[in-house]
Amino acid sequence: MAKITFITSDNESVTLEGQSGSVMELAVSNGVKGIDGDCGGVCSCATCHVHVAENDVAKAGEASEIEADMLELEDNVTEASRLCCQMEISDALDGITLTVAR
Amino acid sequence: MNHQETHPTPSKTHGKTCIIIGASHAGVNAAFALRKEGWQGDIVLFDGDESLPYHRPPLSKGDLSAVSNGTPLKPEKSYTDDGITLRLGEMIKSIDRNARTVTPQESEPLHYDKLVLAVGASPIIPPIKGLNPSEVNPETSQLTKAVFTLRTINDVKRIKQRLGSAENKKVVVIGGGYIGLEVAASLNKMLANVTVLEREERILARVTTPTLSSFFTDLHTRHGVNIDVQKSVIAIEENNSTEPPNIENSALTVICDDGTRYGADIIIVGVGVRVNTALAESAGITIEDMPIEKGIPVDHTAKTTDEHIYAIGDCTYHHNPTYDRFIRLESVQNAVDQAKTAASAICGKAPHYNTIPWFWSDQYDVKLQIVGLFEGYDDIIVRKETDKEQAFSVWYFKGEKLLAVEAVNFAKAYVMGSKLIKDPSKQINKANLSNPNSEFKPASILMQ
Ligand SMILES: Cc1cc2nc3c(=O)[nH]c(=O)nc-3n(C[C@H](O)[C@H](O)[C@H](O)COP(=O)(O)OP(=O)(O)OC[C@H]3O[C@@H](n4cnc5c(N)ncnc54)[C@H](O)[C@@H]3O)c2cc1C
Ligand code: FES
Repeated sequence: MAKITFITSDNESVTLEGQSGSVMELAVSNGVKGIDGDCGGVCSCATCHVHVAENDVAKAGEASEIEADMLELEDNVTEASRLCCQMEISDALDGITLTVAR
Repeated sequence: MNHQETHPTPSKTHGKTCIIIGASHAGVNAAFALRKEGWQGDIVLFDGDESLPYHRPPLSKGDLSAVSNGTPLKPEKSYTDDGITLRLGEMIKSIDRNARTVTPQESEPLHYDKLVLAVGASPIIPPIKGLNPSEVNPETSQLTKAVFTLRTINDVKRIKQRLGSAENKKVVVIGGGYIGLEVAASLNKMLANVTVLEREERILARVTTPTLSSFFTDLHTRHGVNIDVQKSVIAIEENNSTEPPNIENSALTVICDDGTRYGADIIIVGVGVRVNTALAESAGITIEDMPIEKGIPVDHTAKTTDEHIYAIGDCTYHHNPTYDRFIRLESVQNAVDQAKTAASAICGKAPHYNTIPWFWSDQYDVKLQIVGLFEGYDDIIVRKETDKEQAFSVWYFKGEKLLAVEAVNFAKAYVMGSKLIKDPSKQINKANLSNPNSEFKPASILMQ
């Protein structure tokens, strides 16, 4: 189980609790604005781009190779960028904050 | 999508109604995009399908057993939050352009100020003897219980149910396109014995060149899926259990024009789709010399010939500025992007639909990503990555101009291809690109 906080582009903050599945699925099933998940979570569309809060980067882990490649298509990439369909919910993610990139 | 702001007029949309017919990738995205663009009036979204709108691509991918109620595009709550009225399980039977109304199958006509057709496409049922619904008795026939197309969540549920109850799990997939091959891989994973029958001389014949066709033929063959080409199916027969033993005790026999016969317990027909044009046709929003079978013609703002009616997604025939021709696409990308274009136009802006098509396909552990349109190429470069297994990319050029890239297990090529097609000012160093020992980096792939 993990509590994850999303901050959307209109600066709203929402904390959601997820048991399993990907962070993208958690965000989409709760209607978090700016996370569209157009490809359904197979790392093909880059519409689930988030920035991991500075202090949480270690918890979130690194982007995989294909994920890092796909992120290059986004304008707003930083060191802290992730495609959150590639982040599996687990205890390790508990307490992290993600800023939606679009 | 390029935006040129003219006069956004959200206040003028108050009290108006936008009706969207079709609540799938295109229709749902249009509804939410309308709100984002400032539409203040009502939004009513109709679909004949009863399920909460869901993603279609997963229907044929991975383990079909994971597909239960589908992956919703949006949760129910988001529709309520954004004031979008979802009317599921309701088919629209007609449009009256003069009165500006649409009439659902079983209720009163409803007025619209703007109408969006997001009606998509339906699987083709080829003229195969035995497949014509008028020839079979649904009560007694095995055919209706064992022959499926694959477009909706209900199709998947029925296939799974049949697969679960079938004693023998012999599957014949008619048609070797992306959907046919994906479902072959999925059913193979579910321990079915799968044969794909393709009419052309290679699978994927309409959508790619021989390099990729032969790669996927090998991939499937290695996994134990049998791929037979130049097999034109002419008839499907039921094997009556009272008759002498039939082909390996299968419920059905598939017969090809060269006389070959295949036993099957489940048949999946994946020979392509036909645009749902009936509504547009009867409403008369067609253009002379443009056969409506190609799709509903729309302009660069996704508007049809009627200024109050827009069309988006799989059902449209539209101009692509990058490739300078009229096309119809079957992809999530086109459905989503055209939906945003229409929403912005309906809200008084002046968008110009101009995107580079992209698509993906997942089979077994192979990820294919495609950007661009390869038709019209005069040069192909196939680049293999020496340091990665099963990773390569196919680059299509017309002269020096890059048209499209197909990347297999190599997102880097897809990403670089996307950027280079968008920015044609950069020239590609073809010699380095085709040399597997030359690093895959802009510094070596691009002309300096
Ligand atoms: C199995 C499968 C796998 C796919 N895989 C991929 C993939 O990997 N990548 C990719 O990019 N694309 C893929 N696609 C294609 C993609 O799903 C389509 O391009 C996309 O669904 C098009 O969306 P659409 O909204 O335009 O049309 P559709 O999805 O066809 O939706 C049209 C909707 O309109 C409704 N409708 C039609 N007429 C009426 C009426 N008169 N009244 C009420 N409702 C009506 C229908 O019920 C339907 O729900 C796949 C498609 C399938 C079927
Ligand atoms: S949902 Fe498409 S890349 Fe994450």
